[in-house]
Amino acid sequence: MPETLTVKDTTVPGAPEVAPEKADKARSLWTDAWYDLRRNPLFVISAVLIVLLLAMAVAPGLFTGTDPRKADLANRYLQKPHFGNVFQADWLGYDVQGRSVWARMVYGTRNSLSVGICVTLLVTFFGSLVGTLAGYFGGWVDAILSRLTDIFFGVPFLLGAMVILTSFAERKLYVVILSLAFLGWTQIARVSRGAVISVKEADYVTAARALGASTSRILLRHILPNAAAPVIVVATIALGGYIAAEATLSYLGLGIAEPTVSWGMDVSAAKDQLRTAPHTLLMPSILVSITVLAFLMFGDAVRNALDPKMR
Amino acid sequence: MTIIDKTAFVPEPRSGGDDSTTLLEVRDLHVEFHTRDGVVKAVNGVNYSVEAGETLAVLGESGSGKSVTAQAVMGILDMPPGKIPQGEILFRGQDMLKMSNEERRKIRGRKVAMIFQDALSSLNPVLSVGYQLAEMFRVHEGMGRKQAKAKAIELMDKVKIPAAKERVNDYPHQFSGGMRQRIMIAMALALEPDLIIADEPTTALDVTVQAQVMDLLAELQREYNMGLILITHDLGVVADVADKIAVMYAGRIVETAPVHELYKRPAHPYTRGLLDSIPRLDQKGQELYAIKGLPPNLLKIPGGCAFNPRCPKAQDICRTEIPALVPVTEQDGAELPGRGSACHFWKETIHG
Repeated sequence: MPETLTVKDTTVPGAPEVAPEKADKARSLWTDAWYDLRRNPLFVISAVLIVLLLAMAVAPGLFTGTDPRKADLANRYLQKPHFGNVFQADWLGYDVQGRSVWARMVYGTRNSLSVGICVTLLVTFFGSLVGTLAGYFGGWVDAILSRLTDIFFGVPFLLGAMVILTSFAERKLYVVILSLAFLGWTQIARVSRGAVISVKEADYVTAARALGASTSRILLRHILPNAAAPVIVVATIALGGYIAAEATLSYLGLGIAEPTVSWGMDVSAAKDQLRTAPHTLLMPSILVSITVLAFLMFGDAVRNALDPKMR
Repeated sequence: MTIIDKTAFVPEPRSGGDDSTTLLEVRDLHVEFHTRDGVVKAVNGVNYSVEAGETLAVLGESGSGKSVTAQAVMGILDMPPGKIPQGEILFRGQDMLKMSNEERRKIRGRKVAMIFQDALSSLNPVLSVGYQLAEMFRVHEGMGRKQAKAKAIELMDKVKIPAAKERVNDYPHQFSGGMRQRIMIAMALALEPDLIIADEPTTALDVTVQAQVMDLLAELQREYNMGLILITHDLGVVADVADKIAVMYAGRIVETAPVHELYKRPAHPYTRGLLDSIPRLDQKGQELYAIKGLPPNLLKIPGGCAFNPRCPKAQDICRTEIPALVPVTEQDGAELPGRGSACHFWKETIHG
């Protein structure tokens, strides 16, 4: 494409040559990463999937005109999918209560993605806060924070979440998010602690100190941007895991309660009709897998782009 | 050996600042590092002083304590493991070691700045050089983004970076080694400090670029009438730029002298050894002299004069008594201002 542009440009007399200027434009780690990502098919596919899923979460009405809670028992005898009627209410069939499987899948996206994204944001914030403080200040601050991290690390993630959630009578979305975040921050804390320790030894941190930068400026401007890459990688990969965890909890009946639509709950409800209506179980399961896969691929692509050793 | 007349092209010296007190005076400074293997005595009673407009070169091998002294002056020593058991660092008469962290931070960058050896690793790779230069003005002087950037371009022009306006948004890795060191110099100069400490500023550079960077540094120092402490192990770099030299060995100053005196008549066997180990054109074909042995392990510094195991003149007294830094005089007893030697046999060394 740039070729055709320059050819066009040269027809205009005195037009500045744009192409060589572009080539040696300033490129930071992040611009480099973006350059790599755009050319990575893994990234493009996962990004398209994620954009679609986000659209489903934000505006489910664009994808289906059917109310996911409309249960027409007459339809329960029409459970079979009609794949020909793409995006119609019955194209993936009806579930045992006569609700459109497709509509429920679309409306369940918001729940899954909110859990995944919110948990990741919370975990990244608190995890890197703990890790950065521990890594930068070292000494007894590090000793206390690292032991605290170890204690939380010892709690099995899903089991811990189940124990917490069973103690709540009413399980709202934020309860699920908070309990997953409460148990999930340790990995990010460890990764960011390591990254900060390696960055704080760098000469440019000493140089910033020698030129009179305050502790907060050194941390925010000079250490964090250089320690962010591994944290971002771990966070994007973990996002898929949190979505899977939410589906698991919903499946076990410990996630969000009805009438909220949730993929895990639908899979759980469908397990009794596995032989008569397998699609009611398969369709939401496939969507969970695709979502988790999309975020894992996304994280992988970001890691490849940010890690200089992988180049 | 050429002598540059430093007064020849001095622009208007900067006014301001009280000149009554010495700019920087280090008194009996000791620095130790407490490690698992024991106490490493990196600096053992160093004294030196710098006046405004003066250049002091601190010369010594790796591990002689020259950089540690500078870090102590800057207050960027890692403590722990570092420790300053005794000594004073007087900046315009005030002891910086007694100041609070906040007071010291305000001096850093504004009054005293430092230039580091490796400019590539001393510049933040994720921020553009323009941002890093502008940061000096934004943090210390509270300037706005635009104004600070304009000042950054001005500074880059000042240190003779070509096409400063176009390159202000470039990242450190896009500059050559010499240009990066110029940016480091520009950062240190940004707030026109009274004192600059340059820790081996040319070591990481190409020989052809070394001279350019040193000339630039000397020129800017004259222009701003700054004090300059030049830490180096390169005798060639020192000759043209420095006013006086302090030679360090095992955490002590073993000889002080005005620069040309030192080259003419060293008063310490270590200095003599250093001078003899410079390759010379008129001695082509002969074997190059080298000081035998290795610098001492700072965990167990030899008793007496630390240089005695390597010294060609060592006697019994050198193994038992630590020589003090005494004034060096002419044979007839006439004073030689600014000269001192920490050798029991300085008379024999300088006159014999």
